Amino acid sequence: MKQIFVWGVLLVAMQIPLSVDAAPIKVITTTEDLAAITREIGGDRVQVDFIAKGVQDPHFIEAKPSYMLKLSRAKLFVQVGLGLEAEWIPSLLMGARNVKILRGRNGHVDASEGVALLEVPRERIDRSAGDVHGQGNPHYWLDPLNGKQIARNIAAGLKRIDPEGKEQYDQNVIQFSRRLDAAMARWSEAMKPFKEKKVITYHNSWPYFLRRFGLMAVGYVEPKPGIPPSSSHLIQLIERIKEEKVKIIIVEPYFNSKTPQFVARKSGAKVVVLPPSVSKATGMTDYFQLFDHIVATLTTALE
Amino acid sequence: MIWFVLMLSALLGIATPVFAQEGPLIRSQSKRPQSFNPDISLDGLFAAGYFSEPENLQFGAHDPNERGFTLQNLELTFTGVVDPFFRAEGHLIFGLEDGESFVEVEEAFLTTLGLPYGFQIMAGQFFTRFGRLNRLHPHAWDFADQTIINTLMFGGDGIRNPGVQISALLPLPFYLELIGSAQNAKGETATSFLSTSGETFAGRPILDKEIHSGNDLLYMSRLKTSFDLSETVTWVVGTSHLFGSNGTGIDTETRILGIDLFVKWKPLMTDHGWPFVTLQGEVMRRSYEAGKTNTLPALPEERFNTDGFYIQSLYGFKRRWVAGFRYGQADATKPDDPRTGDRWRISPNLTFYPSEFSKIRLQYNLDRSDDLADPIHAVFVQYEFLIGAHAAHIF
Repeated sequence: MKQIFVWGVLLVAMQIPLSVDAAPIKVITTTEDLAAITREIGGDRVQVDFIAKGVQDPHFIEAKPSYMLKLSRAKLFVQVGLGLEAEWIPSLLMGARNVKILRGRNGHVDASEGVALLEVPRERIDRSAGDVHGQGNPHYWLDPLNGKQIARNIAAGLKRIDPEGKEQYDQNVIQFSRRLDAAMARWSEAMKPFKEKKVITYHNSWPYFLRRFGLMAVGYVEPKPGIPPSSSHLIQLIERIKEEKVKIIIVEPYFNSKTPQFVARKSGAKVVVLPPSVSKATGMTDYFQLFDHIVATLTTALE
Repeated sequence: MIWFVLMLSALLGIATPVFAQEGPLIRSQSKRPQSFNPDISLDGLFAAGYFSEPENLQFGAHDPNERGFTLQNLELTFTGVVDPFFRAEGHLIFGLEDGESFVEVEEAFLTTLGLPYGFQIMAGQFFTRFGRLNRLHPHAWDFADQTIINTLMFGGDGIRNPGVQISALLPLPFYLELIGSAQNAKGETATSFLSTSGETFAGRPILDKEIHSGNDLLYMSRLKTSFDLSETVTWVVGTSHLFGSNGTGIDTETRILGIDLFVKWKPLMTDHGWPFVTLQGEVMRRSYEAGKTNTLPALPEERFNTDGFYIQSLYGFKRRWVAGFRYGQADATKPDDPRTGDRWRISPNLTFYPSEFSKIRLQYNLDRSDDLADPIHAVFVQYEFLIGAHAAHIF
């Protein structure tokens, strides 16, 4: 009897239409940055949701069943790739049972496609080097010009599943790239006086940004990516900061700032908390506001 | 003070190469390493243990169970996508028993990728998806040993056998997963069911039964739901029902019912995943119809109900550190005899994770049974390494 009931529920459930053509296209991105760019490109043709909030460390997201539910309904899935989401995305995708958004299918976008990557290992690496990413540093969205390639990748994905919107998506990519160029001129101008300035970052998550604006990371609070600092490493770091006259230590809001604060006190540098992602919760709702905020914070701190 | 410690450790030469992070900086299109090899990993799980009594109550096949060292589990895992239609994984276990090495096929199954309407079929050799713990491999356990109720219901290795499972994620506004499976009921990995001939249950010999019909298989149904109470608190609740013939008579049957609960709190902003608090528990009831014996001692047909539960909590209080506490109790002491006395076990532990690929765990067990005059005290130091592909995190 119970089994008949269960099968009955299943059969009824199958009758529920899963999609209506006129409805906006459901896009799920792994991060809030990708969601922001998808909104720029998709406009009113898409309905965008994301998994990792901008204030969260995208390496460490729980594979909650509610995310599987979101993914099960998505038409398009966009991820940063390069192993950034490797800990939680595979089990979420398996649980979602949505074949259309798996790698290699039309609904899957790896936003790193075609991006000029940094720190691609030239030799065989192992985990004695910490949490290194074998395909290159995954924090590429922090170079604003990479935003253009991300946008093109998202547009390509949208065109695959919604060919009717092709013109609109292409137009939006052009618009977005133009606006990025204009903003880039503004950010470059603001950052110009600080070219060649040396900084320390907590994790190796800023190489794309630093390279774009001519800054240099001369050390990291972590001795190796993902490995907490030992005391000897901190001593050497403090010495290095003094030697190189480094003024700032860049720390993401989600890292424990106790150690960077200690290094700052001992070395005379100061801790600058920089958000690496678009985040509604902190008032930065689009890709432009993110860099406006980063550039404003950095220029104030470096003056 | 901190400064002093820093200087001291520097003097002692606890050195790490400075700025080792400055790796090769190349600007290039990514050249993805392409190979059709599956992801491979090797996980070694060992323990050093001390028991106040040499005869202990650790009946789990992967528990630390003797004074001295135990190889709990050496697991070789392969995972990969087969073709556009299936994904597959295999888990082979290597173990040692009295110096002899052995191999077990722990799991090997394929999963469909593209069935419509949220269906998914799994076929092969797999752990029955009953409750939360049974499906976990020993290195994924939060404690050094199996819970007493799992050992009692499902045997030392947990319940697993060849079979097929169908599951569906229902198109509802909330998460609801339905799972149903059919598996063989024979062998030491199905101890409450057809089990292995030559063994006994409640004094009755386990018969060597042929499989006559679908009634001689093992069936499971499970309902699992989950909801986010807030951005920081998530609940997962499930019920499981397992039934099939057992080996003590011609038409004798066993049923096991279970309810499981998991709650996790984790703030939105964490330092590498810390801090967090989890609460987890499972309650189970087994109803075992034992057949009458044709040989001496003459035993009548009899139904044995065995209940038990465990409840555990973990507190990740500081990056890389987790403190845990578990309490478990059951109606019987020995897995093959429900007539044995009540028992309970208390297990506090502390785990240090140098990285995600290694751990060191200290655990104390206080084990008490109505059949024993004195409790048994045990201390374990457990350690694990994982090389190769990262294991998928499940919630």
